[in-house]
Amino acid sequence: MTPTITVTGLTKTFGTVRALDGLDLTVAAGQVHGFLGPNGAGKTTTLRILLGLLRRDGGRVSVLGGDPWHDAVALHRRLAYVPGEVNLWPNLTGGEVIDLLGTLRGGFDPARRAELLDRFALDPAKRCRAYSKGNRQKVALVAAFASDVELYLLDEPTSGLDPLMETVFQDVVRGLRRAGRTVLLSSHLLPEVEALCDSVTIVRAGRAAESGTFAQLRHLRRTMIVAETATGIDGLGGLPGVHDAHYEDGRVHLNVDEDQLAAVLRRLADLRVRTLVSSPPSLEELFLRHYGAGVP
Amino acid sequence: MSPLTGTGALVGLAVRRDRVTVLAWVAGLAFFAAATTALWAADFGDPADLLRETRITATSPGIRLLGLASGASVGAYAMVRNFVLLAVLAALMSIFSVTRHTRQSEETGRTELVRAAVVGRHAALAAALIVTVAADVVLAFALGGALLLTGRPVAGSFAAGCAVGAVGIAFAGIAAVTGQLSGSARGANGQAAGVLGAAFLAAGVGNMAGTVDPTGLRVTSAWPAWLSPIGWGQQVRPFGGDHWWPPALHVVVLLGATAAAVLLTERRDFGLGVLAQRPGPAHAGPVLRRTTGLALRLQRGALLGWSAGLLGFGLIMGGLIGQVADATGTARDWYVRMGGSDEIVDAYRASILQMAAMAAAMYAVQVLLRLRAEEAGGPLEPVLATAVSRLRWTAGHLAAAVAGVVVLLLLFAVGAGVAAGAVLGDPAGQTATLVSAALVQIPAVLVIAAVVVALCGARPGAAAAVSWAALVAAIVIGPLFGPTLRLPQWAQDLSPFTHAPRAPALPVPATPVLVLLAVAATLTLTGLLTLRRRDLVLPA
Repeated sequence: MTPTITVTGLTKTFGTVRALDGLDLTVAAGQVHGFLGPNGAGKTTTLRILLGLLRRDGGRVSVLGGDPWHDAVALHRRLAYVPGEVNLWPNLTGGEVIDLLGTLRGGFDPARRAELLDRFALDPAKRCRAYSKGNRQKVALVAAFASDVELYLLDEPTSGLDPLMETVFQDVVRGLRRAGRTVLLSSHLLPEVEALCDSVTIVRAGRAAESGTFAQLRHLRRTMIVAETATGIDGLGGLPGVHDAHYEDGRVHLNVDEDQLAAVLRRLADLRVRTLVSSPPSLEELFLRHYGAGVP
Repeated sequence: MSPLTGTGALVGLAVRRDRVTVLAWVAGLAFFAAATTALWAADFGDPADLLRETRITATSPGIRLLGLASGASVGAYAMVRNFVLLAVLAALMSIFSVTRHTRQSEETGRTELVRAAVVGRHAALAAALIVTVAADVVLAFALGGALLLTGRPVAGSFAAGCAVGAVGIAFAGIAAVTGQLSGSARGANGQAAGVLGAAFLAAGVGNMAGTVDPTGLRVTSAWPAWLSPIGWGQQVRPFGGDHWWPPALHVVVLLGATAAAVLLTERRDFGLGVLAQRPGPAHAGPVLRRTTGLALRLQRGALLGWSAGLLGFGLIMGGLIGQVADATGTARDWYVRMGGSDEIVDAYRASILQMAAMAAAMYAVQVLLRLRAEEAGGPLEPVLATAVSRLRWTAGHLAAAVAGVVVLLLLFAVGAGVAAGAVLGDPAGQTATLVSAALVQIPAVLVIAAVVVALCGARPGAAAAVSWAALVAAIVIGPLFGPTLRLPQWAQDLSPFTHAPRAPALPVPATPVLVLLAVAATLTLTGLLTLRRRDLVLPA
């Protein structure tokens, strides 16, 4: 099956700033694909090029088999988009905006609209100027999800949502995957991408740093462990799958590969562990570890 | 912490943000006042000419609408011609400035950031008023100095500056109140501009209904003029008495309005206006589901305001047709020149339709610059991510704007026709003549609209400034002022209004109309093609 989105060697320069520097991205049909990177990495620029709002300087881009710059309107009938910063008309109500955008796109389902408004607990009779950032985002989400299309492009769609609404959002995205839809989800939160996505592309400074399924990117999934033991760090650092072990302020700090976690925990138990905190690595730590640099 | 803590720092911030804008307004107005006054001083080398011209401005009700005669001197004549324009621009400068530093900052969230610091509740309002009133004072001195440079008397020059600055000060207070009433900067500016429009009409009607003294050189205003800050400014009568007390009324307005704004600030929630937001429809109507419908909806407020304005303008201008029929001398010459016929009634009707076309062109510029605002502000992004092409989106706005222009011209023509019919008889015939003559003004307006579309496509960053500059230039070098300013014919020919048919005074020639339409089409096409080829300039 041909991928829904294929991007190779994409470049884009604004003035003297090189926003995209040879980006590659492949999104397979029917998958939820994470597009992970820090702010300013070029995620929004990429999405705007995929929509034909910006013109690429170089490289090849194919969306749903078409060229997004030349076939924008035809392609837009088959996709829905949620911008990262949702700016709406202050004097229109949320309901009016949802109907307007849905009708302009086509494939708009009023029953689905009602269901989504209910699930996202959004009052459609309020004027957009009265909505908070999260509520404006919900307007854009309902407008996008109420259309039955093949591809959903979502640019940091949860940055204004509370945890409850984030759960609703994740349920809706999972429903789309079950229905065979393709989703490209841009985010700067690794846990969100891990929770939802089948595969991920990590972008940094306008280039894809890594790409693949989470199984392929196993090395990203090390668990970070901070533990207090009665007897110190004896031999922990030498275990297979343990990285960056060190002893600090009476605590052991370790990064452990997923498949060695059980062995390390047994060993910690032997060392009479007193407290234990485990956490997934943050994006910043990933970047520090893998690319030798902080978040730009 | 006092309610005014931090005012000094906010004044500094406002000065830093506005220094170029305010200086440009002040310098522009001073230059305009000096240049036009110097021109008239050169024109009226013969005192007999000045007497004749002044008598016309005092005795012609149409001109009394726009200026108050206070005697036969170059300065007083310049005030008749310039004062209302200067006062309206000073008022707009104040309104925009106060709104920018109060409601707009609150709407964009900047105030939230500032108020979280050690800043008192009323500091933002105080800073806005201090900076704006200071700008008005600077304007007053700049105008005084500019008039002095043209050789006018000292007292009159500074009385003129003071009168203009005082109008600005009064509207700073009015904008302080509308900034509390409305929840948006657009609304606050709109409400204050509405008050300005009413002040303009009250002063104009008061002067029209006033009486001329036996010399025929000086008008005493009727009571409606005393309801208007613009009217009070005229009562200073620079170069014709130099009364210094009317600006006290403006200061009273400023103080009263400031007190009201302070009370309103304490009674409203941060971020909201006093006028409550009503819940709106939960569903879009059938019209709003199309791009043209969206454009119409976004232009609706402006169209309603302009409709009321042009209908009223039409009724007044039509009602004056009786006086014009009796006009003699320069007034008659002016209409004949602008209207293109020595049948004075026809010439008058042609000239007022040209003025209506210029007003409609202003409307077109205002609503079409929405193209630029939608792109820079961000709402364009989700629209173009649907199955809407850039072409269709632009066409929707253009179609809605042209429909608005047609409505405005028709309202003006109907208003003028009905009022003229009431004076001269045959309202149906008058209206029919004016309506058909109004429609042939549309091509000239389309050229201005097309300039905006071309700029929004090709030079989006400069679109707003250049569009307004092009409109002002087209009006100034056009038939309304061009001949009076003695501009060479080639310069006058650059204005589309110069080529608009002088119907009903003259038959409508086909060539200029077709050329105007061709120019409009070419410019529109340029805009559409450049817009299709370039990156959108969206917010980060």
